[in-house]
Amino acid sequence: MSVTEQREQRKRQEQRDRRTTSTGRGGDTGINVLSHVVLLGWAVMVMVPFIWALVASTKTSREIFSEPWSLPETPQWDNFSSAWDKGVGDYLLNSIIVVTGGVLLTMLLGSMIAYVLARYPFRGNRAIYYLFAAGMMFPVFLAIVPLFFVVQGLGMLSTYHGLILVYVAYSLPFTVFFMHAFFRTLPTEIAEAAVVDGCSHTGVFFRVMVPMAKPGLLSIGIFNVLGQWNQFVLPVFLSPEKPVLAQGIANLLASQRYEGDWGALFAALTIAMVPVVVVYLVFYRQVQAGLTSGTLK
Amino acid sequence: MHHGRYRFIIGFLLPGIVIYAIFVISPFAQAFHYSLTDWTGISPEFEYVGLQNFERLLDDSLFHTALKNNLLLLVFVPFATILLALVYAFLLNVGGGRGSAGIRGIRGNGFYKLAFFMPQVLSVPVIAVIWAVILDPRPTGLANSVLGWFGLDRLGWLADPNLALWCVIWVLVWGSVGFYLVLFNAAMSSIPRDIFEAAALDGAGRYVTFIRVTVPLLWDTIQTSWVYLAILALDAYALVQVMTVGPGGPDNSTQVIALQIAQNGFNFGRAGYASAMGVVLFFLTMLIAAAMLRATRRERIEY
Repeated sequence: MSVTEQREQRKRQEQRDRRTTSTGRGGDTGINVLSHVVLLGWAVMVMVPFIWALVASTKTSREIFSEPWSLPETPQWDNFSSAWDKGVGDYLLNSIIVVTGGVLLTMLLGSMIAYVLARYPFRGNRAIYYLFAAGMMFPVFLAIVPLFFVVQGLGMLSTYHGLILVYVAYSLPFTVFFMHAFFRTLPTEIAEAAVVDGCSHTGVFFRVMVPMAKPGLLSIGIFNVLGQWNQFVLPVFLSPEKPVLAQGIANLLASQRYEGDWGALFAALTIAMVPVVVVYLVFYRQVQAGLTSGTLK
Repeated sequence: MHHGRYRFIIGFLLPGIVIYAIFVISPFAQAFHYSLTDWTGISPEFEYVGLQNFERLLDDSLFHTALKNNLLLLVFVPFATILLALVYAFLLNVGGGRGSAGIRGIRGNGFYKLAFFMPQVLSVPVIAVIWAVILDPRPTGLANSVLGWFGLDRLGWLADPNLALWCVIWVLVWGSVGFYLVLFNAAMSSIPRDIFEAAALDGAGRYVTFIRVTVPLLWDTIQTSWVYLAILALDAYALVQVMTVGPGGPDNSTQVIALQIAQNGFNFGRAGYASAMGVVLFFLTMLIAAAMLRATRRERIEY
């Protein structure tokens, strides 16, 4: 379409728009204002708890409960050091180690399986695919009691490698499902050319297909990072001695019901929240796309 | 060459399949097996007891309470979440002034999506802790102080057996609306413009267009959302475990099946019995997913 044609079309569109607005329903501004009021109301409802928690991390326990809306008289920065002393530093480290290992291994094994299933027809291919796809539907709670004994039997309770392997196992279904669909959309010509040039099957995967699949790997990577970072049910039962961050926060709430150091609890919450929120604010389009893309399929 | 091809296929599949088999497939299979035994989870011995565990479930009043609460969550959480998400998606898209009947977004569209989606990226314990403190039953609690502005009496929130489950429902809805708003919004923007233009030419107003055109075109997405939210409502373990008193209280008013499984399996030494509960949960999930997909199945509209 030429530039003039485009311009012409846009002008026509604008005329049409003006017509719809001017011909009727004079309530345009009314609707607009009302929409903003309703939407702002919900935005406030979502944001206030988080902002309140951030402010509470600098208040004394007494201030948090007796003057919930006020700012602290003097900011209590030692809340953060007492949160650290209560183990938040260890929890953070545990989370970082387990999620790094878990996501890398999930992405590697998941895309290897997805690639083979998407590109190599063999007997049993569909069966394996459905075996993984079914895993997306099962409630984790059906398996949690036997899973505990499996992990115990392998001597992997409260170990990094145990938690990593379990995270990988429970992230594989969706990763395989998603990457399978993605590899199917990629053109085959380049891979065929690489084979003609003498590239091995493994070489084609790592040197040709993985670079081509980057956008898909990014989406599912974000999905897995957030999913594993926020995982709670699996570590609660399988890693009681080595809590990850989400679990540590829950433990801290339980102990503050007796100790009453609420400022430190909110400091711990802030330490848990801020990195995730910053990543979200920077990459929010990718995060929203990554998290919703699977559901739309 | 052919030999190498199979070696390659097996080499790529095997590591993942072994991990998946050990940690996912085998525990699921074992759960069905143990549900027929009196295994305590402590001693290695157990005996087969047939369907006794399931018979016992019929008389277990605590399990009935948990089941009833899960069913309440199952009714209210998907309904409220989808309704609110649809209303907000409508306001985001229709409030925009210029634009033919519902496609150009409202100003600040991006900000609203950014804000609404936020709870989705944080872990359930973080959200549960914040709400547990906001819903403090004392008059100086945050929620009660808001009631005070309007001259209303303070409420017991999570400490009130009649209110605690509604607090759980509220937090689940509060956390989910943004995700489904973004989902519906993405689905709406993939509907071709001509459809709205045709509706506008036929004289359909905004509300009519939304209810008669947009919602039916989103039906596939809504239906998938319903299944996802139902699965969420059947679990709810993390939120109940961290946020409620007890957990599961007061007076078992927030008991859910997942909590019962954890307590029986790990605290009471009834691993076989807990597995039977897991099997019930499994069939409930399958039943609901199948029923939803069947009941809401309409002719799919291609565009």
